[in-house]
Amino acid sequence: MSSALNWVGYKTLVRKEVKRILRIWGQTIVPPAITMTLYFVIFGNLIGSRIGQMDGVDYMTFIVPGLIMMSIITNSYGNMVSSFFGAKFGKHIEELLVSPLPSYVIVAGYVTGAMMRGLMVGSVVSIIAMQFTDISIYNLSITLSVALLTSMLFSLAGMINAIFAQKFDDIAIIPTFVLTPLIYLGGVFYSISLLPQFWQNVSAFNPIFYIINAFRYGLLGKSDVDITSAYIIIILFVTLLASACLWLVHTGKGLRS
Amino acid sequence: MKALEISKLKKTYSNGVEALKGVSLVVEKGDFFALLGPNGAGKSTLIGIISSLVNASSGEVKVFGDSVQKNRSQAMRHLGLVPQEMNFNQFESPLDIVVNQAGYYGLPRGLALERGEKYLRQLKLWEKHDKPSRQLSGGMKRRLMIARAMVHEPELLILDEPTAGVDIEIRREMWEFIQQINNAGTTVILTTHYLEEAEQLCRNIAIINHGVLVKNTDVKSLLASLDVETFILDTREEITAPPLVDGIRTQLLDPTRLEVVVPKQRSLNSLFTQLNDQNIHVLSMRNKSNRLEELFMRMINEDNDPKESSL
Repeated sequence: MSSALNWVGYKTLVRKEVKRILRIWGQTIVPPAITMTLYFVIFGNLIGSRIGQMDGVDYMTFIVPGLIMMSIITNSYGNMVSSFFGAKFGKHIEELLVSPLPSYVIVAGYVTGAMMRGLMVGSVVSIIAMQFTDISIYNLSITLSVALLTSMLFSLAGMINAIFAQKFDDIAIIPTFVLTPLIYLGGVFYSISLLPQFWQNVSAFNPIFYIINAFRYGLLGKSDVDITSAYIIIILFVTLLASACLWLVHTGKGLRS
Repeated sequence: MKALEISKLKKTYSNGVEALKGVSLVVEKGDFFALLGPNGAGKSTLIGIISSLVNASSGEVKVFGDSVQKNRSQAMRHLGLVPQEMNFNQFESPLDIVVNQAGYYGLPRGLALERGEKYLRQLKLWEKHDKPSRQLSGGMKRRLMIARAMVHEPELLILDEPTAGVDIEIRREMWEFIQQINNAGTTVILTTHYLEEAEQLCRNIAIINHGVLVKNTDVKSLLASLDVETFILDTREEITAPPLVDGIRTQLLDPTRLEVVVPKQRSLNSLFTQLNDQNIHVLSMRNKSNRLEELFMRMINEDNDPKESSL
């Protein structure tokens, strides 16, 4: 199939995914906006005013990058697992599997769709955050590139989860028991310097810790990790997961009998 | 030109079930081909492999010369599939479903919208084009899957039991539509449990059982091989015992219904004369089953138990 035809297929798949996100906006956009508003009011405003400063900035300002990143991670992942597993469960994934679209276009289309949701929700949360605190972006290219790479990484992770999932429980286990603890322990609400040395060492094995700190560096110029190391880790994970997704879709694991 | 060429196709599932045991089959371009077999015979696996939804264990499938195993993308461009089970997103509208499918085949959006409208109108779905497809009736959902399969105008259309559960009127409309498509040059492969459908529509036929091709011929030759026909006669008088008719087997189903098995070379006139001589008057007469069904059942039974009489 020529690249021009693949491009049409890719655009169709992305359009379909975006249409789905907007069709069910009450499930995709509104809930994270409400949850994040509550975080800002309770942790940032009410409790944050008692905490004072962290890493040299207001506590409210300190938690903004982590909360934006939390939205991007959970929504990119959530969109992919619900959309891809839903297509598998409802068998309409067969529309793609019988089409001439090569595996990489299917992966790219779904990943782009999931990234769109992550970035849409991230933008909404950023606008809400601006109502509570002043944010002046320290480095725009780092902020945008980390947001894009992170949404891509968790879209890919969501695809692997959806490919192996057999029932709806299987797409709830990873977000609940793996993703949420890693996000909360990844430094959304605190600086790693507050932790004892042992837990600081443990945090070094949490990839989300690097992601949140890289994004915080982009927004505020503050980070607990070296920004180059953070990029290397993120890009490494994106490469590994993208390769896994391409191989799984190409060989039809969990998709073709 | 061969529309479909299947060579020594085998499929063994991970649970050890051997669904196909070396099937080879050719369907010529422009043919209207029936693929028949009882449930679990291997038809769906065969269609799954042709449409790349199932990976073959060995063997090869070529669609218009392009190998599904070696050049999947190119092979799929020739193919349209109407599956047995509903497999579209029930929250999307019919127009979105067909237009998206066209996009997956590389049709620009303008052309996709034009084709989507054309096929939804032809299949009488246009009135519902913007409604969620879960609101469609069962027959409409089946027609939607035909519209979706046709939107990229494939050279080979495979319909896996397209009329299952559809009322007679809609079924006949669907037959007409599929016949038009075939007349326009599209090769059609049909699986169905309505053997009347296969007899009326198809020119060639293959019967598969236990993963093996048991017959592959044209419908006329197959029907010519039928050596007896079974009729049900409704009689005016009540009968207490099956009448004796020379060279014809008779069986009493109830006091006014008689089953007669007539060898093909026998004249029906002699049957009626002999019944008349015994004071049995026939009010009406019909085939017990359609001719293809009678052959099909015999072939399947013979395949299941080779000791039974052959055709």
